[in-house]
Amino acid sequence: MAGGTFKKYESDGTMSGALLEWFDKRFPLTSMWRGHLSEYYAPKNFNFWYFFGSLALLVLVIQVVTGIFLVMHYKPDAAVNAAGVPVAFASVEYIMRDVPGGWFIRYMHSTGASAFFIVVYLHMFRGLIYGSYRKPRELTWLFGVGIFLVLMGEAFFGYLLPWGQMSYWGAQVIVNLFSAIPIIGNDLSLFIRGDFVVGDATLNRFFSFHVIAFPLILLGLVAAHILALHETGSNNPDGIDIKENKDENGIPLDGIPFHPYYTVKDIVGVVAFLFIFFAVLFFAPEGGGYFLETPNFYPADPLKTPPHIAPVWYFTPFYSILRAMVWNFFGLDAKFWGVVAMGASVLVFAFLPWLDNAPVRSIRYRGPLTKTLLTLFVICFFVLGYLGTLSPTPMGELISQICMVYYFAFFFGMPWWTRMDTYKQVPDRVTMH
Amino acid sequence: MQNKLFNKVKRFYLFSLMLVAVAILFSFAAPMQTASASGGDVHLDKWEGSVSDLDAVRNGAKTFNKYCLNCHGASFLRYKNLVDLGFTEDQVKAEFVPEGRKIGDLMSIAADPAEQKVWFGATPPDLTVIVRARGEAGAPGAGADWLYTYLRSFYRDANRPTGWNNVIFENVGMPNPLWELQGQFALNPETHKLEKIVEGTMTQAQYDKTISDLVSFMVWMAEPQQDFRRQLGFFVLGFLIIFFGVAYALKKNYWKDVH
Repeated sequence: MAGGTFKKYESDGTMSGALLEWFDKRFPLTSMWRGHLSEYYAPKNFNFWYFFGSLALLVLVIQVVTGIFLVMHYKPDAAVNAAGVPVAFASVEYIMRDVPGGWFIRYMHSTGASAFFIVVYLHMFRGLIYGSYRKPRELTWLFGVGIFLVLMGEAFFGYLLPWGQMSYWGAQVIVNLFSAIPIIGNDLSLFIRGDFVVGDATLNRFFSFHVIAFPLILLGLVAAHILALHETGSNNPDGIDIKENKDENGIPLDGIPFHPYYTVKDIVGVVAFLFIFFAVLFFAPEGGGYFLETPNFYPADPLKTPPHIAPVWYFTPFYSILRAMVWNFFGLDAKFWGVVAMGASVLVFAFLPWLDNAPVRSIRYRGPLTKTLLTLFVICFFVLGYLGTLSPTPMGELISQICMVYYFAFFFGMPWWTRMDTYKQVPDRVTMH
Repeated sequence: MQNKLFNKVKRFYLFSLMLVAVAILFSFAAPMQTASASGGDVHLDKWEGSVSDLDAVRNGAKTFNKYCLNCHGASFLRYKNLVDLGFTEDQVKAEFVPEGRKIGDLMSIAADPAEQKVWFGATPPDLTVIVRARGEAGAPGAGADWLYTYLRSFYRDANRPTGWNNVIFENVGMPNPLWELQGQFALNPETHKLEKIVEGTMTQAQYDKTISDLVSFMVWMAEPQQDFRRQLGFFVLGFLIIFFGVAYALKKNYWKDVH
């Protein structure tokens, strides 16, 4: 579809036509428009779950644009000002109060961070239930996993910038994790911080990563993700290849042009999303203490450890797995295995295309076994996320260990349990519900 | 057709059920976090003021200026911001701006943080956003309740360097600056209740109102544009509801031939 060749535009004799022809001879303008939008044929049966790709793109744009304006006023400086407050912390409050509309821009950015993860988690879940990761879309999925990893880094670096207590101590705890790696650990964490404790050097490099390095990688990966998707064509809730049923012009019978059909449809999704987004922004910008954590309204104090350090909600499922690992295997510290388990719990998503042996893609034609195991997985993910927000307790530790074991069993057992399940006959053509 | 509609309703129902489940999960999470963060359940009295009650906020501003702004700064707020509360510029200059400062200056204090640390054992924190910080994890609204309770929970304690202690903030470095108004209390070691030992110039009800107004000011100070934010929110959400109708109609129209 996207890879097809399109005829170059020929002028209709008008001035604008001539200009377009001139342009099109030197740049693939009309072929890009046609290949990616007006003649990119998407399955006509997309449902609710297919809104989240375009919404992720929307949130990315929100974050980039608001970020540009925040950088104009934010100061990455850990030094203390005349009033005894760190400059970075004070500059955020300056944005909230003295910059016209600054509070709105800042809340857009802070709410956008959480919205990004909500949308991305739902987008990933869509891939999970409809088998979007499966052949031939493995590379799209891998780019997606890359986006998720970079997004986690981006969020982690950004969270240090307000220089509040939770920013500071969260960064301290996470960077210290690297010291658990045998031999090189201590030097590595020192290398990341640029100092023996999180300090001005750390703040400045995290600022650099947050506003330049990671956004660049993110944008590149997002472009690759979409290009790879348009090469293979989109999956759909039935998991059927719409390219197998084409009309005499080579257009999929169950496909419709992305533009205008899905552009007008996605606008509906965008409006609904913005309603929720702005409801939070205007009426509960702290997101119940989950989007803006209350301890972060204390300026960073290197001499005062907060009683309870927890990462932001979107990291808590993986943080729970880190904490659940309490066993010293092979003479190595449990902390190291915690880091390994946490890393594995994120990276394991990348192997999904090769773990799933089911003869069908979509959950619609999978059997009760898959549905049960997937439901349990989602429950485990929520439970891990919830426990990660709490202080550790023996009961919490036991529950998170059970959930962690299930989490990995779900993935590593997949080659076998997908063979054991019963499957329904997949229809030839997509179904409209 | 019947079946399609049934499926739609079913899926909508299931999705709503999921949302409710998530909401319940999070509503459980919030109070548990608060309990774990404060290390036991401290009973907080409910602050019943409102940041929209500008009389109260103005009254609180005066109390804050007189009793708090000597040791604590409010260094993200400017004197001229007080004009938003209904003070005139002349009133702000006369009643709030100290000698040698301008109305556009930040409401920071002259005290040296290092010296203060010697006097109190800890540097008094900047109070501009203390309400939001004191919400503690999970419950942003609790910050006002905490302050309202804290400022009414001081008692005399001869074992402390300042001679003061607090029921909900054990061994706090801060003495009670409002004792002349409230009077002085002692903690009964058996009942763990406060008992008045010296009368103040205010009755309990008057003092509670003074503190409530002070907290109103502190809530306002933490986010001065919050009332405007909510007002704007209604317009934005109202616009989006209308826009949703338009967008949905547009989609329906484009999609009418897709079956």
